[in-house]
Amino acid sequence: MSNLLSVKDLHVTFRTPDRTVHAVNGVSFDVKRGETLGILGESGSGKSVTLRSILKLHPEHRTKWSGSITLEGDEILTMTGRDLANLRGNRVSMIFQEPATAFDPVFTIGQQISETVRRHTGKSHADSMKRAKELLELVRIPSPATRLNAYPHEMSGGMRQRAMIALALSCNPSLLLADEPTTALDATVQIQVLLLIRELQRELDLGVIFVTHDIGVAVEVSDRVGVMYAGKLVELASVEQMVDTPKHPYSRGLLASTVHDGMRGQRLEAIPGAPPDLAEVPAACSFAPRCKFVEPKCLASPPPLNSVGDSHLVRCVVAA
Amino acid sequence: MILYALRRLVYLVPVAFGVSLLVFALVHLAPGDAISAIVPPDAPQEVVDKLRAYYGFDKPLPVQYFRWLVVTLSGDFGTSIGTGRPVSEEVGGAFLNTIVLAIAACIVAFTLAIILGTAAGYAKSRIVDRLVTSIALTGISVPNYWLAIVLVIIFSVELGWLPPMGLGPESATGWRLDFAHLRYMVLPTIALSMIPLGVMTRTVRSTIKEILSSEFVTALQAKGMNDRQILLHVLKNAAPTCLAVMGLQAGNLIGGSILIETVFSWPGTGFLLNSAIFRRDLPILQGTTLVLSFFFMMLNLTVDMIQTMVDPRIKRG
Repeated sequence: MSNLLSVKDLHVTFRTPDRTVHAVNGVSFDVKRGETLGILGESGSGKSVTLRSILKLHPEHRTKWSGSITLEGDEILTMTGRDLANLRGNRVSMIFQEPATAFDPVFTIGQQISETVRRHTGKSHADSMKRAKELLELVRIPSPATRLNAYPHEMSGGMRQRAMIALALSCNPSLLLADEPTTALDATVQIQVLLLIRELQRELDLGVIFVTHDIGVAVEVSDRVGVMYAGKLVELASVEQMVDTPKHPYSRGLLASTVHDGMRGQRLEAIPGAPPDLAEVPAACSFAPRCKFVEPKCLASPPPLNSVGDSHLVRCVVAA
Repeated sequence: MILYALRRLVYLVPVAFGVSLLVFALVHLAPGDAISAIVPPDAPQEVVDKLRAYYGFDKPLPVQYFRWLVVTLSGDFGTSIGTGRPVSEEVGGAFLNTIVLAIAACIVAFTLAIILGTAAGYAKSRIVDRLVTSIALTGISVPNYWLAIVLVIIFSVELGWLPPMGLGPESATGWRLDFAHLRYMVLPTIALSMIPLGVMTRTVRSTIKEILSSEFVTALQAKGMNDRQILLHVLKNAAPTCLAVMGLQAGNLIGGSILIETVFSWPGTGFLLNSAIFRRDLPILQGTTLVLSFFFMMLNLTVDMIQTMVDPRIKRG
């Protein structure tokens, strides 16, 4: 299977008059059609920045991108203006974390879905509304015809996120970006939305990148999982490999710090310390200050991403 | 929607009664006596008493209020003590003149404010933003009557381009839409539009800035909307807040600017109120205040209705 999306050595730097932040420092991964890649990391690890870079959603005048992001062979990082707008919402679309704030409050759900359809397909108003209704059916919103005329504030959180998914799928994208789409939802609704995304992904043969800080969610939806730390991928492996044999001390720490069955009475492990400040490009392993297994060679130079088995990559000189 | 409008209209009735009571009380509680203002100081007491009885000022206040209310409701606002002409005539004419000027000032101020405020809200360069903000601040801070006098000195006295006072050629008292009358409007309109221009520019700028930083704008970009389409979303979101402030500003202008109308001798409500206060002309004072209050209430209602139409989050309860 050929690659749908290919990210190579992506660097993202934000520059404000006061300070510079190296948010992403050399991230590379591929996503195939019909595959879900989960990107796992804590706040500030650069996972959302990586995701939003695929649509170049950061303010142009303050952001510097380098490296390469190609979708079906087309370079995205050099796209501007109309080309970029034609890509967004059409070939690549995005689901946001907070459906409550990602919809415009003063337009109906129907208007907001149909304007996207019209923007990319040039359909008439009536046809685009018909398409919007089909989409609401697709994401299993009850009585879709009435819901078309509902405003975002008139829907529940789960319903809004379904509508957001409908909007994202409106122009048959080949790649769907999900930025913590279930974080703002109740636990029960969370599972429904996850199942819906996975089901639609299979049905429509979508490539999905699913960013989350919740290991349980990442394991549930992903085929492969990448773990990010301080703007770098520290481990990239299939779900099975990640769950059974995590190699990087950070991934092991993350997996050890989750609660699951049969853990009553055991001590929950936590990773000591806090993630580093990203004002400077790190000169050594970024995780070294928090690592139990730190050795002198960890501090000598930034570790490379090594292969430790069948498409299992780890950025650690101790584990490899 | 129509039902909602009717209901809101009905709610205005008790408010209107309250307003009428307040207007009546304020005028009568104020010091000074209308009769002593129109009769010569050496007038015999019988004449004064006769006049007092003629205008009904010899009755107790509650009786005066109800008499006034009844005749006012029948459309008769009484006679001006100063000029002897019907109050409705005096107030009506002045009201129209004020409205004309207020509308012109609103058009100028709001159009400029929307353009400048949107530009500043969108501006990525600090220079544009700072420039617009200082224009707005100047508009608010510079006393408009002072600006009015400066405008007269420059454009009427020095350059002789525009007339310094009045609302039309040959001491016209009624406004008409023609070039000769429009020339008289230019300076008062500029002077009057300064404060609403400043206030609205700041409001539009901060509202637009706030909306642009919200997540749904990023979401609109993420679905491929172009800048013009996003601007439409932003403006519709900014509308409710801006309309509310516009309503208040328009209300202030309708109240008539006593200072501006005095500087330009513009025969509007502010001008009329000013002279009525000096002459203790109670019927005129009451009539003008009442008409203005009612207009203000209608204006508020209109703004509320438009807001309800634009913003679905406001309940039509």
